[in-house]
Amino acid sequence: MSDKKLPPKMTPKEKMATPRQPMREQEPLVRARNFQEVPFGYDEEQAIVEASRCLACGKPKCMEGCPVGNDIPRFLSHIAEGDFAAAARTMKETNLLPAICGRVCPQESQCENMCIIGKKGEPIAIGRLERFIGDWERESGATEVPECAAPTGRAVAIIGSGPAGLACAAELARAGHRVVVYEALQKPGGVLRYGIPEFRLPKAIVDAEIELVEKMGVEIRCNEIIGMTDTIDELLDEEGFDAVFVATGAGLPWFLGIPGENALGVYSANEFLTRINLMGAYRFPEYDTPIQKLKVAATIGGGNVAMDAARTALRVGAERSLIIYRRSREELPAREEEIHHAEQEGVEFHFLTNPLELLADEKTGWLRALKCQRMELGEPDASGRRRPIPVEGSEYEIPLNTAIIAIGNAPNPLIPRTTPDLEVTKRGQVTIDQETMRTSKRGVFAGGDIVRGAATVILAMGDGRRAAAHINEFLANGEW
Amino acid sequence: MPRILKIEVLAPKVRRYVVEAPKIARKRKAGQFVLVCATPTGERIPLTISNADPEAGTINLIVQEVGKTTIEMAALKEGDELTDVVGPLGQPTHIAKVGRVVCVGGGIGIAPLFPIIDAMKQAGNDVTVVLGARNEELLILEDEVRALGVELVICTDDGSKGRKGFVTDVLKEMIAQGPPINEVVTIGPAIMMKFVCEVTRPHAISTLVSLNPIMVDGTGMCGGCRVQVGNEAKFACVDGPEFDGHLVDFDLLMRRQQMYKQQEREALERYEADHTCHLEGV
Ligand SMILES: Cc1cc2nc3c(=O)[nH]c(=O)nc-3n(C[C@H](O)[C@H](O)[C@H](O)COP(=O)(O)OP(=O)(O)OC[C@H]3O[C@@H](n4cnc5c(N)ncnc54)[C@H](O)[C@@H]3O)c2cc1C
Ligand SMILES: Cc1cc2nc3c(=O)[nH]c(=O)nc-3n(C[C@H](O)[C@H](O)[C@H](O)COP(=O)(O)OP(=O)(O)OC[C@H]3O[C@@H](n4cnc5c(N)ncnc54)[C@H](O)[C@@H]3O)c2cc1C
Ligand code: SF4
Ligand code: SF4
Ligand code: FES
Repeated sequence: MSDKKLPPKMTPKEKMATPRQPMREQEPLVRARNFQEVPFGYDEEQAIVEASRCLACGKPKCMEGCPVGNDIPRFLSHIAEGDFAAAARTMKETNLLPAICGRVCPQESQCENMCIIGKKGEPIAIGRLERFIGDWERESGATEVPECAAPTGRAVAIIGSGPAGLACAAELARAGHRVVVYEALQKPGGVLRYGIPEFRLPKAIVDAEIELVEKMGVEIRCNEIIGMTDTIDELLDEEGFDAVFVATGAGLPWFLGIPGENALGVYSANEFLTRINLMGAYRFPEYDTPIQKLKVAATIGGGNVAMDAARTALRVGAERSLIIYRRSREELPAREEEIHHAEQEGVEFHFLTNPLELLADEKTGWLRALKCQRMELGEPDASGRRRPIPVEGSEYEIPLNTAIIAIGNAPNPLIPRTTPDLEVTKRGQVTIDQETMRTSKRGVFAGGDIVRGAATVILAMGDGRRAAAHINEFLANGEW
Repeated sequence: MPRILKIEVLAPKVRRYVVEAPKIARKRKAGQFVLVCATPTGERIPLTISNADPEAGTINLIVQEVGKTTIEMAALKEGDELTDVVGPLGQPTHIAKVGRVVCVGGGIGIAPLFPIIDAMKQAGNDVTVVLGARNEELLILEDEVRALGVELVICTDDGSKGRKGFVTDVLKEMIAQGPPINEVVTIGPAIMMKFVCEVTRPHAISTLVSLNPIMVDGTGMCGGCRVQVGNEAKFACVDGPEFDGHLVDFDLLMRRQQMYKQQEREALERYEADHTCHLEGV
């Protein structure tokens, strides 16, 4: 790859002096009204400069921060040399979905948080470079379909096509097994498809990654709900599968349990985002699934899901989009980048505000206001966060017509309900042996959010890969 | 993609579709439904499996034209394919031998009631069926129900068929005259189910209703289908669609069914405008 203009090799001092390369973004007030992706990504030159800042540490701290142990220094050195194909290959040894993880990983608390340069200056933009490589590979048509071993004659069923299921499917196909992925919804991808919005993760990228998995011979069957269309027992006993991987995610939305939650105009974040992302409601009436006309929308919660919902609300036409959060800005669990983007786009944050009741118009049943109470921070609780306590007599009403409840999800109970010998915790998570990812049921493995509760894309993907290794072992020796 | 093998017009704006869906045909039980998407950009709508033939691998759907999606379905022909059909969904009806069962169906609700009548009868119950419709023309499945060998009472709002009056009038008389009723199952418009429940409540007759809130995914993932049952919010797609009618907040259900009225009207108007254009062009 000598056709690229490489900058002269930098000395460590020069490296430290070179600033982190910025990434261009759509203007906040423009993007707040469209669904196109917010950042534009690095160009080749920026990528090479950014990667060249890496000190190639002997004991790279960054790798400790990556849940799947990506070989970051080797990856960065290939980019610095302008050998993007080699960088892509390196990344894919451990991370099949760089274009996705580069966009949605909480790098600032993982790899980049540990990067040694971050101690004095700004850490290497590992996520942005990962995104760059993923995009480069896809756009330049250089994507290589991983080679698959000769057919083994064994078959594995995967339930759920989110990152855990897709990663597991790819690994098992590589090992030569027949793999069928079952997906309840009409399109594969899990949260990548129905949850994370287009402006943060373009669906064309998700499509491309899924296409690759299909090219490896994996069959994806949408519109089949395991537990209803088929049970796990039937997959094992009648459909001829030798093992099953349960990757059904944490798709059961929590509600607040306050009065008025069934009023017209109150959505779970899942419903709000699904209608828009998966069912195309933002293109109503071209697509048939509707979303109501938003005026003032309040999203309750402070995580990534809440940021996505509040930013989406603006894009489907809300005049004002509010976030209601019980604690203060410091405690917001969402990624800093998402909070920052939301603020720039004009989302209004109401901190230390506790929702008490959703008030509906008595005649029409439509939501008209949110009754709240102010909070102040008290002593730290068990988690070390200062506990919010209500301020007496501080109740007030916020007029609005839409409320989006984004306080988290529980594991989907459908599989446990229809698989009596599958052990689950009190909170509904499937119990596994941490070492082997085996469930209480012979031949059945599990990973991702159904095991962890709501976690992250990279953790789910890592689970899928680890499970594949253990499934391979089980298929080879038949021991349980 | 699931092919439509046969279409029959049962009443004005009501059609029966026989759809190829072998797995669902084998699996489904009375009370369960499917989500159907008719076109690639269409909405997924819930429809009860009114009957199935496991050998032929087909399910029957009986659909009333009420808006864009159902009208679009009505334009399909035998041999056409639906974009997707998912199921079976929902909890099957709890069928047991309880003694005397009265099944009360109204309008299109007679379609989902049919498999329950059949199953209740097969379980050895003494089954009486009350079917109501606005007029004779709109009454569906009369012959099929009769063929199950159950006692059948028909009433229409205008008296054009059977008795003139509401299903609730018939039910009241049955309760007054005896023999005692052990269970009532009712499916129809929410307002009808609400009044049936008001009739049975004073007599403490266990009353099962099937609710039809707006649904999105049908897997418990969105909560859009939530209904208030006693003190709890339940997701009709996974916890239901059948519930103890005496605990259901019907007024809330009726309100939530209306949530997208404005958009539904808009979608329909556009659809109709498009279609008249096409016709004019011919
Ligand atoms: C709005 C939102 C934003 C997020 N943002 C981020 C982010 O920025 N960064 C990050 O790292 N993480 C983020 N997350 C979390 C992350 O998406 C999840 O941790 C991850 O997707 C979990 O992967 P999974 O494969 O376990 O499950 P999922 O992605 O949930 O996929 C599970 C799939 O299984 C299917 N399924 C369920 N039950 C059945 C069944 N019975 N039969 C067949 N199929 C079934 C579901 O339809 C679904 O498609 C976000 C989550 C949400 C909701
Ligand atoms: C469990 C269940 C079983 C059903 N079984 C049958 C059946 O066997 N036969 C039949 O004709 N109808 C049945 N319905 C109702 C059917 O789903 C609606 O008539 C259909 O969705 C209307 O769509 P539309 O686009 O034609 O009309 P629209 O103009 O979109 O809506 C008309 C009315 O239908 C209801 N509706 C709209 N969208 C949905 C949706 N996604 N989910 C549920 N209701 C909606 C609303 O109350 C709305 O006011 C059932 C509904 C449920 C929940
Ligand atoms: S996968 Fe995530 S944590 Fe790992 S290196 Fe990439 S961005 Fe960092
Ligand atoms: S810690 Fe930072 S400087 Fe060191 S190898 Fe990792 S990315 Fe490079
Ligand atoms: S339709 Fe989404 S939870 Fe029932």
